[in-house]
Amino acid sequence: MRDLALNALEAAHRPGVSYADVRVVETRDRQVSTKNGKPGHLSASYSLGLGIRVLAQGCWGFAATDDLTAGGIGSAARLAVEIARSSAAAKKRDVVLAPEDAHTAEWTSPCRIDPFAVPVEENLAVLLAIDAELRHNPAITLAEASMHFERRRQVFASSAGSLIDQTRTTSGAGFSALCYRDGDIQRRSYPNSFGGQYQLKGYELVGELNLLANAPRVAEEAVALHSADQCPEGEFDLILDSSQLGLQIHESIGHPIELDRVLGSEANYAGMSFLTLDKLGVLRYGSGIVNVVCDARLEHGPGLGTFAFDDEGVPAQRTDIIREGRFTGYMTSRETAHAIGQRRSNGTMRADGWGRIPLIRMTNVSLLPGEQSLEEVFGGVDHAIYMETNRSWSIDDRRYHFQFGCEIGWEIRNGKKTRMLKNPSYSGISTEFWNACAAIAGPEEWTLWGTPNCGKGQPEQVIGTGHGASPARFHSVKVGSAYTG
Amino acid sequence: MGVSQIEATVGAHADALTRFANNAIHQNVAGRTSYLSVRAVLDGRTARATTNRLDEASVRSAVEQAVAITRAQAPDPGLLPLDAKRAVPEVDRYFDSTARAEPSDRARAVAEVIGGVEAGGFNSAGIFATNRSVVALLNTRGALAYHAETMAQFAITVMGEDSSGWAKASSCCLLDLDHRRLAARAAEKARASCRPRELPPGRYTVILEPAAVLDLVGQMFGDFSATALREGRSFLAGRIGKKIFGDNVTIYDDVFHPMQAGAPFDGEGVPRKRLTLVDKGYVREIPYCRQAAHEAGAEPTGHGFPLPNEIGEAPVNIVVAGGDTSLEQMIASTGRGILVTRLWYIREVDPYEKIMTGMTRDGTFLIEDGEVACGLRNFRFNQSLIEMLQNVELLSPAARTSGEEAMDMVVPAMKVRDFHFTEVTRF
Repeated sequence: MRDLALNALEAAHRPGVSYADVRVVETRDRQVSTKNGKPGHLSASYSLGLGIRVLAQGCWGFAATDDLTAGGIGSAARLAVEIARSSAAAKKRDVVLAPEDAHTAEWTSPCRIDPFAVPVEENLAVLLAIDAELRHNPAITLAEASMHFERRRQVFASSAGSLIDQTRTTSGAGFSALCYRDGDIQRRSYPNSFGGQYQLKGYELVGELNLLANAPRVAEEAVALHSADQCPEGEFDLILDSSQLGLQIHESIGHPIELDRVLGSEANYAGMSFLTLDKLGVLRYGSGIVNVVCDARLEHGPGLGTFAFDDEGVPAQRTDIIREGRFTGYMTSRETAHAIGQRRSNGTMRADGWGRIPLIRMTNVSLLPGEQSLEEVFGGVDHAIYMETNRSWSIDDRRYHFQFGCEIGWEIRNGKKTRMLKNPSYSGISTEFWNACAAIAGPEEWTLWGTPNCGKGQPEQVIGTGHGASPARFHSVKVGSAYTG
Repeated sequence: MGVSQIEATVGAHADALTRFANNAIHQNVAGRTSYLSVRAVLDGRTARATTNRLDEASVRSAVEQAVAITRAQAPDPGLLPLDAKRAVPEVDRYFDSTARAEPSDRARAVAEVIGGVEAGGFNSAGIFATNRSVVALLNTRGALAYHAETMAQFAITVMGEDSSGWAKASSCCLLDLDHRRLAARAAEKARASCRPRELPPGRYTVILEPAAVLDLVGQMFGDFSATALREGRSFLAGRIGKKIFGDNVTIYDDVFHPMQAGAPFDGEGVPRKRLTLVDKGYVREIPYCRQAAHEAGAEPTGHGFPLPNEIGEAPVNIVVAGGDTSLEQMIASTGRGILVTRLWYIREVDPYEKIMTGMTRDGTFLIEDGEVACGLRNFRFNQSLIEMLQNVELLSPAARTSGEEAMDMVVPAMKVRDFHFTEVTRF
């Protein structure tokens, strides 16, 4: 793979090219799922290809191919340069990159148990045991369980002299129970919705999630939701579990701090951001207890956004995004960092494979733990609504107004769960919500969640991001308007 | 390897996309790949392995892997063997004009629209994409299906100080796309929606332009599935054969419609049938994959996804029957209402009542006394699709339409009463 990268870099060394980089990416994948006692999805895939990115006439060009012959690589290099030159037909200014040292490195993410060494038979046995436990409850009409493993090796080579060889292994697993009865569909998922928990780990993750032991409770809750009261509408103190808070961070902090979005690159599709440049260092984003970082380093944890170098060859870093409530930083690339006068990219450029260009993507955007105990988060007010596990999520194209729905809610009185609530939802304006943050549980309650399905860009790229959070309480949040009227 | 049944899907695609923002090309990409996907079927067991390496050793490895993970399962006596040979019709959706588009062609068109937008004092962002693909599916029982297709897309967002407008179109034939007209339309929307007013949330008569209809209505077709119905995850459970929408709502799935795109066969090579999903408000025909059809004693309709999968089937060539009222006539017929260009970030709030939430975006207007009066700040909606399709008052002629949240369809604009906006955002 290194030879392929260097050969492609050589092929891209053409007249007028001021910079080039190449990523050769090899991906191996396994997906196993079960549904109502039978295998659902069972597949393996392998992919190897390369992408060549060049700067010529001050413009970017990119071409990708899986024809790895000398002719195929040469054609891709020529096309990348032709595309860059064509871009000059609609150019405002030359692309300038913030400086970055050349790096030579080899890095492999920690992986205690190689998931690809675990027999598929064992994957199926684990999933079918969960499935049987869920369907032990006769009211469950659909039981689904899944595992997903990926190993990606990437060799990055640049005309600036970098040669970086990284291998990352990610794993994901989870299950859900659906109950359809009397014109109502209710679902509960574990440990998170949309496939469960994903981390930068090997098969050891599956054991850590304690899946089977949680199946009876999850099935029982899916059924019990049918006889639960509808979540009330009004303003309430709101407590979110850490997985829902992870998605809240993703949507109302993670996306708005993407500097390419702020500068307009995504205007036609994903939209822009309310975090215009005048707000940096000034905006009161959250209350004084809100501290958020963007951290791709392994020290932050085994997140889907953990790596050693980004896809521009910039080392993983930690950046303060919100410090004691104040907005302090964006996620940047070499191009956008230079555009706003910063001296260096903070290393957030990633592509979802060899066929796509890197974009600014969330690494691990996390809310740092607070100082309260879980009892204080729940018991700090007489009355609150507690919501767990995302069911729906939506936010406007500048990331001001959001609405989330959760799978289950509980009325909290004097720190204790009382009645179960179905169809809970809440909505608000991003900065008002984070400024209403009144309590955050401590590090013992903190989980680094993986969101495997973050979409961005045209052509769209889907990538995994990490979000650490502890359960937290928010003052006077609008609840229940999704079902109003 | 002792396996008598193998299905192979072989394909290739080459995609190119020129992307612009801030009135300049900022991302400009192209890529090509080919793939082989092998499915083994052995004694009631099936699994798949896919690779993009097509040398002999890699192909052999993919087959061995598919067989190995197939053997890892317990047999399911109910699993069907591979499908036998069927006659698969062909559709002609490959156009040289699209396939041969060069980077300079896309850049020239983008430069042209940017020039017009800048002359009007606006900013713009968008894409111009040209793609080509080919796929063949064959199996050891003689099935053989082949499809080649090109696809071109142009989309543009035009932005003013406090307003924006959007337009998008797609076609298999590049020559059908009029990038100048799309840019002019987006610019006019940006111009007309400047200095937006804020209206309180509530129930309003809305005129949904075709892209808004597509992105919203498109959220329900995953539920038109025999497998989803059997599993209780479809909002149509208990509603088949009942009148759940208005008299003026008729919906087909028709891969052969001249404004449609896509292959005329499904993930197992079964030819797609034309289905009347909804007939004057009644839910009539439901797609069946082979397995679901076998279990229900029905005929497969050619809407199954590649096996193995958890989903079963879904219609993917939606044609919503239109009416004869133009968008302009709809506006003229409206005393007070809201004109919606586009919707955004649509997600399901309630799976059985099919309540969807999302935002308006890039051109939301107040209509007063039959005319567009001014732009409006964007709304959040929480709206049941069932209720919405009971409240359709007028439909425009249907046309091929492209959005961002659902597959391209042939849909009309709709005038809908009592559409439920629940909150307003800051712009």
